[in-house]
Amino acid sequence: MMFALPALVALPFFGGLAAWLSDLRGPARTPWLVSLVTLALQALLLVDLSATTFGPGWRAHFAAPWVSMLGIDIRFDMDGVSLVLLWLNLLIAIPTVLLCTRHVRDRPGLYQFLLLATIAGVNGVFLSTDMFLFFCFWELMLLPLFGVLLIWGHADRARVTLKFFLFTQGSGLLMLLSILALAVINAHDTGVLTFNYFVLAQVAGHSFLAPTIMLGFLIAFAVKMPMLPFHVWQPDTYAESPTAASVLLAGILSKTGAYGMIRFVAQMFPSATAQIAPLMIALGVIGILYCAWLAVAQDDVKRVIAYSSISHLGYIVLGVFSGTRVGTEGAVIQMVAHGLSTGALFIIAGFVEERTGTRDMRRLGGLWPAMPQFSAFAMFFTAASLGLPGIGNFVGEFMTLLGAWQISHVATFLAAFGAVLSSVYALTMMKRIFYGPAVIEGSQPLGAPSTPHLAVLGVATVLLLVLGFYPQPVLDLSTPGSLHPQSLSLAEEPAR
Amino acid sequence: MNPGDPIAAIAIASILFVIGLLGVMVRRNLLFMLISVEIMLNAAALAFIAAGARWHAADGQVMFLMIIAYAAAEAAVGLAIVLRMHAAGRGTLDADTGNRLKG
Amino acid sequence: MAALLPLIILCPLAVAVILLLSRGTMPARATCGLVGVGMGLCALFGVIEAVTFLNGPDSTGALHVVLWHWIHVGGFDTSFALTLDRLSLVMMLVVSCIGFLILVYACSYMRDDPDIARFFVYMNLFVASMLLLVLSSDMIAVYFGWEGVGVCSYLLIGFWYHETPNANAARKAFVVTRIGDALFLVALLLLATGVGSLDFNAVIQAAPHAPHAAITLATLLLLGGAVAKSAQLPLQTWLPDAMAGPTPVSALIHAATMVTAGVYLIARLHAVFLLTPGVMLLCAVIGFVTILFAAGSALVQTDIKRVLAYSTMSQLGYMYMALGCGAWQGAMFHLVTHAFFKALLFMAAGSIILRVHHEQDIFKMGGLRQEMPGVFWAFIAGSAALAGLPLITAGYFSKEMILTSAYNVAPLFWLGGILGAFLTSIYIFRCVFITFWGEARTHAHGRTGIVQAVPLAILGVLAIIGGWMEVPDSLGSVHIFSNLLSPVLGELPEEHGGAVLLLIGSIVPLIGVSLAWMLWKPTGRAPEALDQPLVRVLRADWGFDALYDVVFVRPYLALGRLNRNDFIDRLYDLLASVTQFFGRAFGLMQTGQVRRYAAWIAVGTVLALCLAV
Repeated sequence: MMFALPALVALPFFGGLAAWLSDLRGPARTPWLVSLVTLALQALLLVDLSATTFGPGWRAHFAAPWVSMLGIDIRFDMDGVSLVLLWLNLLIAIPTVLLCTRHVRDRPGLYQFLLLATIAGVNGVFLSTDMFLFFCFWELMLLPLFGVLLIWGHADRARVTLKFFLFTQGSGLLMLLSILALAVINAHDTGVLTFNYFVLAQVAGHSFLAPTIMLGFLIAFAVKMPMLPFHVWQPDTYAESPTAASVLLAGILSKTGAYGMIRFVAQMFPSATAQIAPLMIALGVIGILYCAWLAVAQDDVKRVIAYSSISHLGYIVLGVFSGTRVGTEGAVIQMVAHGLSTGALFIIAGFVEERTGTRDMRRLGGLWPAMPQFSAFAMFFTAASLGLPGIGNFVGEFMTLLGAWQISHVATFLAAFGAVLSSVYALTMMKRIFYGPAVIEGSQPLGAPSTPHLAVLGVATVLLLVLGFYPQPVLDLSTPGSLHPQSLSLAEEPAR
Repeated sequence: MNPGDPIAAIAIASILFVIGLLGVMVRRNLLFMLISVEIMLNAAALAFIAAGARWHAADGQVMFLMIIAYAAAEAAVGLAIVLRMHAAGRGTLDADTGNRLKG
Repeated sequence: MAALLPLIILCPLAVAVILLLSRGTMPARATCGLVGVGMGLCALFGVIEAVTFLNGPDSTGALHVVLWHWIHVGGFDTSFALTLDRLSLVMMLVVSCIGFLILVYACSYMRDDPDIARFFVYMNLFVASMLLLVLSSDMIAVYFGWEGVGVCSYLLIGFWYHETPNANAARKAFVVTRIGDALFLVALLLLATGVGSLDFNAVIQAAPHAPHAAITLATLLLLGGAVAKSAQLPLQTWLPDAMAGPTPVSALIHAATMVTAGVYLIARLHAVFLLTPGVMLLCAVIGFVTILFAAGSALVQTDIKRVLAYSTMSQLGYMYMALGCGAWQGAMFHLVTHAFFKALLFMAAGSIILRVHHEQDIFKMGGLRQEMPGVFWAFIAGSAALAGLPLITAGYFSKEMILTSAYNVAPLFWLGGILGAFLTSIYIFRCVFITFWGEARTHAHGRTGIVQAVPLAILGVLAIIGGWMEVPDSLGSVHIFSNLLSPVLGELPEEHGGAVLLLIGSIVPLIGVSLAWMLWKPTGRAPEALDQPLVRVLRADWGFDALYDVVFVRPYLALGRLNRNDFIDRLYDLLASVTQFFGRAFGLMQTGQVRRYAAWIAVGTVLALCLAV
């Protein structure tokens, strides 16, 4: 399957295009079906890719020339981390497409196209090993989401989209500068202009500019994740997005930042990373505690989940910057678990909003009798988010803390206390929505539970439980590919 | 005029350009401002011709042809705007009256 | 019988999963039947396992079953493995057998609740988690069980979700114990990086060679975790509120099993704790203070369940004092007898509450002796055991075992224990005399069914005779229990002063009961002075609740509220304002006059050319 990797990028894009075109004629459900078929095909591709294994860490490879004059190629390489995240992307994508029929009535085709285009872009980010191509996907994956936000967002969408745009694109610019600097340094040293990740990675570590260049990458990824102090776009954006966009943003787009930190910061600049690790670990711990603290003060359900999401991403920072293998693999596990659990929480919040008409917890309460199954799921995912053992999130938290413990005892101790604060806001949220006497909205009949929602949440539950009790297969799978020259047999120059 | 010595041509081009520029800055009549812009374009074109002659390169003439095309397009657009303004009921050609597009 | 060991955990788990998947569609009788069969099998397997183990070839060693590897990365290896030795055998029997009795009782207690299926999902999950906790040989799996019982406790305290106080109590219980859980987690990190494994045996073997500071820190953190779980000072505030849950929950979780998890953990790691005498002393002091603290609070409660809650705290204090004094056997013995009589007391209280229309205030009961004689005798048996009435109760023997050991470590601890025993006999018989004697202030309806009566009877018998498996030398020298545990916990040390201490320990509870009779006898009872400042403070947890509220909870919430819009976001807004300001300033140049623009362009070009040349 030579073309499996480019197909992973092209398939959702063209599938989305087909969905958009199919909207012009035919019944209203056609775009939806086209999208589902696209995702099913993508799942088949991934199954096939998971089965093939070659190379230490790097499992698949594709290269073709693009702009030969500037040394830009279309290069895709897949290692264990990419594979795990591609699966996560698919798992998050399916419910967003599956559950959108209810609230998208106008222009469903366009909606499907934008969702799938985002997914294509994210796939591209996880696969590209040409830095220029990576940058293109990095910028492209957000454009469709801006559209989704602007067309289907909530009341305050214009301001929020602008904020989101400024933060993410602005930080992307810094990354572009860093990429160009790397390419120029390499061209200066070797006389060859190339954007090949593996070649540039060899240069990156030795340059005296390495800390500065790394900072460009780091800020872009920190904004996207987001981590303190670049997080301010995120609660607004999550709150004003339609459910599907919230799920995508929290579930998978934040992981692109974390992925970038592993691939383009920790792996490329080991010594500079070690230098900045104390600062990053401090920021990670402050993020965990500070955002857990802010989460308890919010009234908007989605904002609570948004802040809790930033808080949990702090563990990923701890893991990546601990510089240990257990920390890095824990970070990958945390990405998967966080994607599933936060995505599920947003789906539940979206459902509650759809049925009661509000996200304001001051007006919610006592929903348990009205929606027992959803309450049970909400309880489960709340437990996941407060790091209950047996659920995937705990594995991630434990392993990242184990990694961080080897760097700083105090920071890890404080981070472990994040578990206490997270139980405060998570249980407060449960209490305010589901416990207590039923209030006005809750006392109305809220309608039958929606079977697709329950199915999606059920699948997420099972996956998180499996991840929590038996994470070893994912750990074995998610070994990052090495940058060591021996492993580069796959990364030969493309035929020009 | 010695084709290898473009000084004179450049000087004429500069004078023409300054005349055009001053025309744009001083005249308030839109038609005259358009004419001044044409003069500036032609000044630039003349400079290209002179430079092309100096270095025996065809590029100068290519640029000249392109500038003629630009000038034609510019005149067409500019006049079209003037006509639209007239059709929209503006009774004057004074450029200073059209200042609604400001910060 | 290695294959049976996982089944013991699997039985309640399977019941929970089946009930969960049935989504409440199963009728109440079928639910109860399923629960009875599941827990019955669990208890049966437990007993079979225990008998075969004790008669097996390696009855002093341990039976290991490795289920699967949890994570194995970078030299760190941890797995889900079960181990059965004599210590976990005792705990496993307590959890499965008493769990079985309480769940049977609960079938009757919760019969009319529409949500009975959900109740039993939580209860069975709890039993499974607790069994995982006591049977694991790896501390990470212990932590799974540890947190699992915590979350089940949360769910069960908040079981009646339509009342906000229940939700608050549940949240409080979880958050306070979570503090201990976080400490436990840090201890795990410390041990995992130091030892490279979280297996109990590996930890115990590595401990003597590890740096002393690290071991001290680890034991301190573990003690913190245990203290929160067992509601000892200073993390005790959650337990009285936890009584918001249904009464069988209080019997199972907040008396017999979950709260004793910390005792089990410390006993399991006693070899490590022995290396750090300072931490052991701290443990004993915590226990000592909690005994008196909780007994004082229990004296003035009016809610029958809160009396029992404080008494649980106080009895756990005895166990911690015993652990701190190195009396591992005594702590475990008291754990077992306490499980008997406290579960009995809670279930008897539950039967009372059920029959007096969910009234829990003892001053609104009275005279129930005639109306419910069976429950009365059960409650008396439990109270006698709790008070430690000499010779005829289980509590007497276990308490004396602890007090003798404490006397051999420090007479002050013994004195505290005796004082605690005195207060215990007063408060519990105060409760008895007010509830069962005097004029009836309420009318009991219905009957206590056979399903409730049988567990009460069994536990009642155990609360009386359960102590005879360990009788001190001066009274006849029976050592079944300590011989059972000595392969794991070591031989009993030689102890002195037995007979005199026993005599004092026998007399003190009798004085206490007599005093209680004089104070709260049916006729001529002095009115309760519930409004006195001292009594108010005692009732309100000695002010701890209010203190924590003022020092931690309110500032945390208020400051969070103040900063809810995130001051960092405001900083970025500042940036936006600056940009806007400059935008306006430069906007002034944009006059809208084309000629002006042309002039600016010309000036700019000239300047640029000048700079370039």
